[in-house]
Amino acid sequence: MIRARGLARTFTSRRGAVHAVQGVDLDVARGEVVGFLGPNGAGKTTTMRMLTTLLAPTAGEAQVVGCDLRTDPVGVRRRIGYVPQSGSSSPEARVGEELVDHAALYGIPKATGRTRGQELFSRLDLDGVWERTVRTLSGGQRRRLDIAKGLVHDPELVFLDEPTTGLDPQSRANLWTHISGLRDSHGTTVFLTTHYLDEADALCDRILVIDHGTIVAEGTPDQLKQRVSGDAVELELDDATRTGDALALVSALPGATDAVVDTSGATPRVRVRVPSGGRALPGLLRQLDAAGVALAAVDVQRPTLDDVFLEMTGRSLREGGEG
Amino acid sequence: MRVFWRDTWRVFWRAMRMSLRNPAWVIIGLAQPVLYLVFFGPLLEPLAGQLGTGNAYQLFVPGIMVQLGIFGAMFVGFGLIAEVRAGVVESQRVTPASRTALLLGRVLRDVVVLFVQAVLLVLVALPMGLRAPLAGIVLGVVIVALLGASLSSVSYAVALTVKSEDVMAPLLNAVAFPVLLLSGILLPMSLAPGWLETLSEINPFKHVVDGVRSAFAGNVTATDSWVGALITVALVVLGLWYGTRTFRRESS
Ligand SMILES: Nc1ncnc2c1ncn2[C@@H]1O[C@H](COP(=O)(O)OP(=O)(O)OP(=O)(O)O)[C@@H](O)[C@H]1O
Ligand SMILES: [Mg+2]
Repeated sequence: MIRARGLARTFTSRRGAVHAVQGVDLDVARGEVVGFLGPNGAGKTTTMRMLTTLLAPTAGEAQVVGCDLRTDPVGVRRRIGYVPQSGSSSPEARVGEELVDHAALYGIPKATGRTRGQELFSRLDLDGVWERTVRTLSGGQRRRLDIAKGLVHDPELVFLDEPTTGLDPQSRANLWTHISGLRDSHGTTVFLTTHYLDEADALCDRILVIDHGTIVAEGTPDQLKQRVSGDAVELELDDATRTGDALALVSALPGATDAVVDTSGATPRVRVRVPSGGRALPGLLRQLDAAGVALAAVDVQRPTLDDVFLEMTGRSLREGGEG
Repeated sequence: MRVFWRDTWRVFWRAMRMSLRNPAWVIIGLAQPVLYLVFFGPLLEPLAGQLGTGNAYQLFVPGIMVQLGIFGAMFVGFGLIAEVRAGVVESQRVTPASRTALLLGRVLRDVVVLFVQAVLLVLVALPMGLRAPLAGIVLGVVIVALLGASLSSVSYAVALTVKSEDVMAPLLNAVAFPVLLLSGILLPMSLAPGWLETLSEINPFKHVVDGVRSAFAGNVTATDSWVGALITVALVVLGLWYGTRTFRRESS
């Protein structure tokens, strides 16, 4: 669906050049839901605007839905939908018109546009706003109107730039269901950016991480999480004098790293990283029991995408900001 | 081609609907020339003989009409900047609609608005004492509409390029005032001293005003009328060329 090679964009102004995107290669297959993650200013929007024909790349090439970005931009436009990061609707327009007018530019007759629009509205929980003026919508409602605009012509491939920013948890879950539903029923391919790692985790088949204009990691959410060196296992001991024995046992686990004793808290703790906490734990517990080390509590933490992020980019996605 | 006109029609109709819903601009746009007519026209009446005409409004209304065409169209770009900011333009550019249609639909809306304003202006001027042949009036109204097409196209192109009211406003003012002063809109340039008249010759709008005046005076087929009409057509071609070129370029 998308195949890009060496895609790059440099913005030049009097104040100098910004290398926003520097040689991005990416492949997205039909029916995939791909998440495009990266800190603020990483180049996500710029990449999307190039792939949607809004911005001419300074280098590189791409085929989108089988059409070449440079030689057949109209072919690309016909087959894609795009929900921009920062709004797409005229404040003075009526909500329903906004949707029907947009559909019309894809050659969709008024009546069809209206039916499809109202269907989308009920899916996205926007019932009852059709006759309102866009200006009177709440931020989240406006966001959902933008999303409806991007989907009204049933595109084969849809680009969503931070679709859930500003949505309440319920609308967010609602949209996830809708996006998954589109893929399942229509085979729609989805390319989305998000700053919510739980969202990427729940929704995406595959994740691309971009930073400073280059792709720094790529894989399924699980694959990415495995790149962070495994799960964290934490043992809370009853008896501070046995920490040495516990440390020796956990350090001997296959693939164990970063084993430490932490006595700063109320109870002594031993921590270790192992490739899989779930697999290591039964054996470890038996050994501890045999050695007579009593435990107050055990905790296993799977890495989150946030850990992946921290490791890949050196910054947490939640912190954002220029690195 | 059918698709092109369909897209143009849809962009036009959307823009028209917005104008109809908020007619304040249309009314303000018309109020200004009418005020000129009512408060400035009577000053010219006793001077008619001196100006070389029997009917002051025959001289004055063409000027006001051309002014309407220039000023009514020149500032439409501000609306586009607001649309750019709201993301409307980008959301249209991501559709397969022809870029030219995105421009032309908006330009046609402005042409229709100006056409209506020009007709209303004539209807106000007639009871005040305007005497002119129908052919002349028709030519005048058509020229206003065409001027509007040219200048609104340029205005949109400039708006899309600068994308900021703060740059656009001084730019337009810098162009508008010399054009206005050197076009003989309020008083014919023939009253000017030699150097000023020569200077005004390079202003295409001066010839447009002269053309409409000549048509209003009953010389629809006179050279002045033809020159005015041809210059207007040339301005339309240039304006649309510049506008489409800008709209076709991928934005940055
Ligand atoms: N039109 C422009 N002119 C100049 N620089 C730009 C322009 N658009 C983007 N940039 C710069 O390019 C870089 C990438 O921007 P981009 O919008 O792609 O980031 P992003 O990954 O979408 O970030 P965010 O998470 O904040 O949306 C930034 O440094 C930004 O300042
Ligand atoms: Mg962005």
